[in-house]
Amino acid sequence: MTDISTRSAGGGAAGAALSLKKLAPAVFLAPAVLLLAVYLIYPLIDSFRLSLLDWNGLGANARFVGLDNWKKLATDALFWEAAWNNILLAVFSVLIQMPIALILAVVLDNAGKGSRILKILYFLPLLMSSVALGVLFKYFYDVNFGPLNALLDYVGLGSLAQDWLGDTRFALGAVIAVVCWQFIPFYMVLFMAGLASFPAEISEAAKLDGASETTIFWKMKLPHLKGTLRTAIVLSVIGALRYFDLIYVMTGGGPEGASELMATYMYRNVFSSFQLGYGSTVASAMFIIVILIASVLLRFSKRYETEV
Amino acid sequence: MATSPVTRAAGRVAVPVLGLFWLAVTTVPFLFMVMTTFKTQQESYASSVWALPEGLNFVNYADVLSGPFLAYLKNSVMVVVISVLLIVLISAMAAYAFARMRFRFNEALFGLIVAGMIVPIHITLVPIYLMTRDMGLYDSPFALVGPYVATSLPISVFILTEFMRQIPKELEEAARLDGCGPFAIFFKIFLPLSGPGLSTVAIYNAIMLWNEFIFAYVLTSSTSTRTLPLAIWDYQGQYSSNIPAILAVVTLTSLPLVVAYAFGQEKIVKGMMAGSVKG
Repeated sequence: MTDISTRSAGGGAAGAALSLKKLAPAVFLAPAVLLLAVYLIYPLIDSFRLSLLDWNGLGANARFVGLDNWKKLATDALFWEAAWNNILLAVFSVLIQMPIALILAVVLDNAGKGSRILKILYFLPLLMSSVALGVLFKYFYDVNFGPLNALLDYVGLGSLAQDWLGDTRFALGAVIAVVCWQFIPFYMVLFMAGLASFPAEISEAAKLDGASETTIFWKMKLPHLKGTLRTAIVLSVIGALRYFDLIYVMTGGGPEGASELMATYMYRNVFSSFQLGYGSTVASAMFIIVILIASVLLRFSKRYETEV
Repeated sequence: MATSPVTRAAGRVAVPVLGLFWLAVTTVPFLFMVMTTFKTQQESYASSVWALPEGLNFVNYADVLSGPFLAYLKNSVMVVVISVLLIVLISAMAAYAFARMRFRFNEALFGLIVAGMIVPIHITLVPIYLMTRDMGLYDSPFALVGPYVATSLPISVFILTEFMRQIPKELEEAARLDGCGPFAIFFKIFLPLSGPGLSTVAIYNAIMLWNEFIFAYVLTSSTSTRTLPLAIWDYQGQYSSNIPAILAVVTLTSLPLVVAYAFGQEKIVKGMMAGSVKG
């Protein structure tokens, strides 16, 4: 089939048509490949090169220091604390978001007429920029003027009022709550699509056989959602490892690094302390960690998929 | 029947209760935000934070709009429109090659591009910052277009390639027999037939880029060159103690997407869910 055009072109034009045909993929791919090379591949490599320098980013005073930055990173408690916070964010994102999203998906699946309008309203947080949400919730959590503490006071739980973002014990949790609040509707819609693809005839047949709704959910619908659930977990974990905006806006990684993430730590090193070299080391390490965890997760979920 | 009347009654109560509970959880922060924007600064300190405003007071909006807000808006519109047009065209071209052309490394290259979805953009931040400075583009809204288009390509190419693989082969074969070359086939057949895929890609990227923060924060520094997410950031520094004014900025920057959402919820939900492809 593919060589009909060259053959039908005939005679002297055949050579030209053939080379055009050969060139066509290159022409179609060139813009994408070029942009990715300049803005993704080159920066990736350059980041590793910069990680070998001691440089403040200005002027020509860059000094090659070999693996010194990497050695420093290996024993940098602040970095590992930040990486640990990323892991906590990932674990709690999954543990909090998945069950609530699943419950809401089931609720909307059963809500009949009202479900459309509820779904539309639930989805609103996803349209907001993290900066907008960060500023909004920073105020929400404010120790003196924040509505959260005011609400606790009003219902007689004033003793529970806290400096949510200023206390090392609560800062990370307070931010995780906002992340979950924003992304639960995303996973809910994902699960709703999964539930909608469950064949109605099967649940009808099961009902005729005397199975209850509860049994149908646990024994049939939930196993049906396995693939969707795995996708959701992979997305949620990878998202958590790369998180930046909301935390940067709400706490800047503080207090005392209590909510520091790899990305905020990288940012602080480069643009606040002007340690471009060390900041690039942090960025490169973050890249390695994300790729490692992502490939383990993807491999695991793929192997799992072929087994089922 | 296996379902006892008690559990069924519980189910009947649980559905609306949980549904309304989450509705409150979702909307209360927004209602609170909008309500506060109608208070004066003194009012916000003097009365309870949960108290209704004394009236519909637009002074904060007037205040914000009389400042440089419209410059931020203009930059956002310009950067997002240019970037999304380029993303759609460039990713559609690449997707067409991956979906329909036979060449060496097709699968390998496709895999490589798709793997770009996992890369944390933060690793590119410093090198792109240096590169932008060297190119003389630093502190220009156009500095954002390159990184925006490039970082959006992996997912866009993936979505469109999947989409174009579904387009029946007969049409292009007929066109080829009529003497159409790959370019004519792409522009006359594939682009028009990929409408739904293109609009998904456009919506998803428009929302992501409209809200993008970190590249804009690092690559621009002046009021006249920055985009809307930075308006919130800059006003926050400027109005540090005027909470109603800050929340008015947040409300105004979110308004365009909320209005768009009011007109096309289904399309926007679908577009946003396009982000749910596993890398």
